[in-house]
Amino acid sequence: MTLGIGRPTVAVWKFASCDGCQLSLLSAEDELLAIAGEIEIAYFLEATREVKEGPYDISLVEGSITTPADAERIREVRSISTTLITIGACATAGGIQALRNFGDVETFRSLVYARPEYVDTLADSTAIAEHVPVDLELRGCPIETSQLVEVINAILAGRKPVTPTHSVCVECKLRGNLCVAVAHGTPCLGPVTQAGCNARCPAFDRGCYGCFGPAESPNSASLATWLEEEFEVDHPDLVRLFRSFNADAPAFRRESRRHEPEEVAT
Amino acid sequence: MGAPAAQPTTGPAVLSEDGFARLLERLHNEGYEVLGPTVGDQAIVHGAVTEVDDLPRGWGDEQAPGHYRLVRRDDEAYFGFAVGPSSAKRTLFPARQPLWTAESRDDANFEIIETERPQRRFAFFGLRPCEVAAIAVQDRVLLHGVVPDEVYTANRSDVLLIAVECGAPAATCFCRSMGTGPGMESGADLILTELLDGDHRFLVRAGTRAGEELLEHLEHTEATEEDLAARREVLASAVARLERQLDTTDIHGLLMGNLDHPRWDAIAERCLACANCTLVCPTCFCTTVEDRTDLAGTWASRERRWDSCFSLEFTHTGPASVRNSTRSRYRQWLTHKLATWIDQFDTSGCVGCGRCITWCPVGIDLTEEVDVIRRTSEDKVAPWPMVPSPLQEG
Ligand code: SF4
Ligand code: SF4
Ligand code: SF4
Ligand code: SF4
Ligand code: SF4
Repeated sequence: MTLGIGRPTVAVWKFASCDGCQLSLLSAEDELLAIAGEIEIAYFLEATREVKEGPYDISLVEGSITTPADAERIREVRSISTTLITIGACATAGGIQALRNFGDVETFRSLVYARPEYVDTLADSTAIAEHVPVDLELRGCPIETSQLVEVINAILAGRKPVTPTHSVCVECKLRGNLCVAVAHGTPCLGPVTQAGCNARCPAFDRGCYGCFGPAESPNSASLATWLEEEFEVDHPDLVRLFRSFNADAPAFRRESRRHEPEEVAT
Repeated sequence: MGAPAAQPTTGPAVLSEDGFARLLERLHNEGYEVLGPTVGDQAIVHGAVTEVDDLPRGWGDEQAPGHYRLVRRDDEAYFGFAVGPSSAKRTLFPARQPLWTAESRDDANFEIIETERPQRRFAFFGLRPCEVAAIAVQDRVLLHGVVPDEVYTANRSDVLLIAVECGAPAATCFCRSMGTGPGMESGADLILTELLDGDHRFLVRAGTRAGEELLEHLEHTEATEEDLAARREVLASAVARLERQLDTTDIHGLLMGNLDHPRWDAIAERCLACANCTLVCPTCFCTTVEDRTDLAGTWASRERRWDSCFSLEFTHTGPASVRNSTRSRYRQWLTHKLATWIDQFDTSGCVGCGRCITWCPVGIDLTEEVDVIRRTSEDKVAPWPMVPSPLQEG
């Protein structure tokens, strides 16, 4: 019995990414058979070579846009998808490869590749939402399998998915973690990072690395000032802290820029 | 908790260290789940206490805005610390509360299955005065409110409160300003004071008939003038250590008359809207509900979980969130705790435990914020009408 949209067709697309998020779907071992029964996997090259023609009810999009060809391809994907869901830090913020946005791609290209003229690439790695309208973003590097299953569940039932946008701190307190920032003096990005991981790193005595990207109202400037003044984190480390999986998410990008040496930060 | 009629009649008594250990034994023998301070992952947290060795003996804490450290004391005090991050709220009004599940019988019918709430007996052991006060505040809201809360009522139905007065307040404590500590005269079944001068012992006063009965079963002696003097000494030194203060004079008028004070903007520059303050606060009670379904569409569940006025979704009404800015969300928190809570429940929402100060990841201190607003308030602010509390009707 499904209350939502029947047995939807689902396509899974890959852009510039490591495939980790797609694999999250495959690693939902407990639910996979049940999922396969309720949805029709119409296009998922990672899992099957069988391809059904679009249009598709749901497209899950992994990866960022880094080439002119992909910038074109994502428009096609959008045009044949009723609901488009981006999955993971690459698709939602440009991913780790968006570190290039802070450097000079021309220089990389000429230094790294023997025949740079064969490499057709854009200067920036950008999120899918910068190219086409996105219906829902699932954050994380990689995404949480349980969140993906929850979204599929919600679509099938025709209800709103439980994917909160508040801070990781809320999850910390819900599960009863001790705050590693306050009690251990460990720098933690949790207060400015979106929930979804169930505060995994603090549960293992690590500070949050921000892999779910900025929370709904991220005051990264205040957190960085506190880390600088009270935890004595220096500017290069603040740059590194905010410049990882979600380096190009606006709130984190602004913050890492703020702590760059002045001659670079123009 | 005993009914008002069952007032104790015995005077202050003294328990030796041995008698103190027996008290714990007795609670277990009477079938209580005993929850008290334990050394957790580098903090003192509420946990299961089976024997005195589970208590944080010889441990203290160092607290400041945004800062907590467990420290070794140079004595063997069992209660040489102030409140930690957890509180009785986690037990009485848990972070996640299953409400019901639904199972489909066939395509057209489903059945609602209410969540069973097993009868549990809790003994809170070693509650600080501010924590007892916080339970009283939650009682007003969740037990004696217009609609008693089902979860809280079930958990609260068979609870024993064993309090220990404070000898070692933290730098973040301001109970004295809120009239809740560091000593206390009533509100708990037993009120202990740990005496470290001479023989390590506990002064015990029964606050209810239930507490008195407990005491009757334990070997104890009558308190001497010396014991009572030792208690006064403990409290005097605690008071001397309480450096933080909150001036509550006309606090309702002060805050509600200053809703446009520029200080709210200044706080918003610093506040992360992370919600830690509300979640560690022992009186905050806000929740949201989350619905889940299974893939086959044959099962659904509704769970209530802690939420906070700091989250954007919390006031999502119609197309958008009512409190869009961090400024409006911090202002909601502070005015609710210290002002509008009085309208609603005839009591302050703050007991002065200082948790929100210690556990704020950027050390925002509500006592400082109120102080700044007070010092810079335009002298004549429009008086804000007090709203009659629903508790006052009938
Ligand atoms: S450990 Fe990090 S995420 Fe958890 S409450 Fe502290 S600051 Fe927030
Ligand atoms: S606020 Fe007062 S009662 Fe609470 S722990 Fe501190 S000193 Fe004790
Ligand atoms: S507002 Fe802060 S000090 Fe007051 S009771 Fe809540 S946590 Fe404690
Ligand atoms: S301060 Fe906020 S979270 Fe706490 S009870 Fe009030 S509205 Fe709820
Ligand atoms: S006052 Fe502190 S704990 Fe509360 S929301 Fe703001 S930053 Fe977080």
